[in-house]
Amino acid sequence: MSNLVSGQTGDWEVVIGMEVHAQVTSQAKLFSGSSTTFGAGPNENVSLVDAAMPGMLPVINEACVRQAVKTGLGLKADINLYSVFDRKNYFYADLPQGYQISQFKHPIVGEGVLTIELADGSAHDIGIERIHLEQDAGKSLHDQHPSKSYIDLNRSGVALMEIVSRPDLRSAEQAGAYIKKLRSILRYLGTCDGNMEEGSLRADVNVSVRRPGDELGTRTETKNLNSVRFIMQAIDYEVERQIEVIEAGGTIDQETRLFDTSTGATRQMRSKEDAHDYRYFPDPDLLPLQLTAAFVDEIKAELPELPDDIKTRMVSEYGLSSYDASVLTEERETASFYEEASKGRDRKLVANWMTSELFGALNKAGKTLANSPVSPDALGALVDLISDGTISGRIAKDVFAEMFETGSPAADIIEEKGLKQVSDSRAIEGLIEQVMAENQDKVDEYRSGKDKLFGFFVGQTMKLSGGQANPAMVNQLLKEKLK
Amino acid sequence: MSVDKDTVKKIARLARLDVPEERQEQIAGELRAILSWIEELGEVDTANVEPLASVTGHSLPLRADKVTDGNKVDDILANAPEQASGFFVVPKVVE
Repeated sequence: MSNLVSGQTGDWEVVIGMEVHAQVTSQAKLFSGSSTTFGAGPNENVSLVDAAMPGMLPVINEACVRQAVKTGLGLKADINLYSVFDRKNYFYADLPQGYQISQFKHPIVGEGVLTIELADGSAHDIGIERIHLEQDAGKSLHDQHPSKSYIDLNRSGVALMEIVSRPDLRSAEQAGAYIKKLRSILRYLGTCDGNMEEGSLRADVNVSVRRPGDELGTRTETKNLNSVRFIMQAIDYEVERQIEVIEAGGTIDQETRLFDTSTGATRQMRSKEDAHDYRYFPDPDLLPLQLTAAFVDEIKAELPELPDDIKTRMVSEYGLSSYDASVLTEERETASFYEEASKGRDRKLVANWMTSELFGALNKAGKTLANSPVSPDALGALVDLISDGTISGRIAKDVFAEMFETGSPAADIIEEKGLKQVSDSRAIEGLIEQVMAENQDKVDEYRSGKDKLFGFFVGQTMKLSGGQANPAMVNQLLKEKLK
Repeated sequence: MSVDKDTVKKIARLARLDVPEERQEQIAGELRAILSWIEELGEVDTANVEPLASVTGHSLPLRADKVTDGNKVDDILANAPEQASGFFVVPKVVE
């Protein structure tokens, strides 16, 4: 599939790199003991360190270091046993230190790779350039007062991982697939909750265009995109804008842009003359971070099975389709629900029931797997009852609807409503005889060669049994009786 | 590195310091003198010397992931020139 975009004067290739800020899942902040909980009252989760009071010193949170290493390992990246914290200097009202503690020259994680899969089934390896640890800033509220900004430092000092990709992405679709896959891996690892609405995962997107085969064009950076849709919209807008500018004889300025969520457009940031000059230097308050190979190995041993591996296993061992395996592994919770429900059972049948009936019912009810009225065991038990012939697949749908409604186990519903499949040949023969007696004319027609009527008899017998007769036995017995 | 008046102007702005026009040339001279003094260190042969991060030999201390601080809004805001409902209040800064 070609990713080229055609302009007025020919084709253009789009080049995209992403910097993703992922909030590290931890109890306390990166360099202080205050809480990272979302939704606290203004400035409640703030210590004197976070507010940058004079004389306060940062002490690093070991769990945040582990999380960064774990993330690196999950992205098959090099872990740097030696890394350094630097000060990135700039002034903003929600940055009380006047600098952000970040990692510049020596990040904790080096090069890795993330494989994305597109709708057309093609897979692409996207290079990860680095991951570094840094502090988040506070939050400014601009809509509380006509001439003032309100500052809440609750986020100030929360640990972030900045995950920087290589400029390997070639379309908005690829960028969307990248952020979704990254989010999924982070959630499997448990290193970031991936909650984009709460700002736990946000992306800066670098976009440029060039003639196929040319050198890289000048890029713009659109900041702080907090949904997959916005990321894709911002890219589409930038691509179109840049091509228009260049084709009209203009040039692209390397600049930072903002995305307007209401119009879907990007615009230049006002403070352009303040072209950022961060004057990075090693933070004298912090010694270099030195890890041992044993520390890294210990984390490696704790790594959960990641979605790509699980998917491969589901396809090769369980015989699932690649599509079903993708759906079932997108979220860790879904994969473990499935594993639990299908263990020791017909794997494919459970997959079908999950992806069609269960997901359909959850969607309709506006629920998620986490609050599903049907537990993995309950779904598995239902599938067992289909597999052993207690109920037919058709009756099972009614039983499932009832389970979803009431939370009762399948066996109870079947017992209570008398839905058990009838596999007793004498009972089925009785039904068949009744159908034949009521339709003597059709029996005669069938016997005189109208084979097509067979389906009619099957239908009538099933109907008479309330759908409970074993369809295979009905077929077999009908054939004998109608001879 | 040569420091001229424009450099002084630039770093003063980055540091949000108000350096009056008439003092800029003088400060540039002072900075040049300081830098050339520091540059004397370049005469030392450090080809085979590992960079030294600390003279104490300590390594970076690590802290356990426990919430031990916070919930002191009054302390945090004690010196704020202006505050409202638990927020710092500053002149509007918006992009």
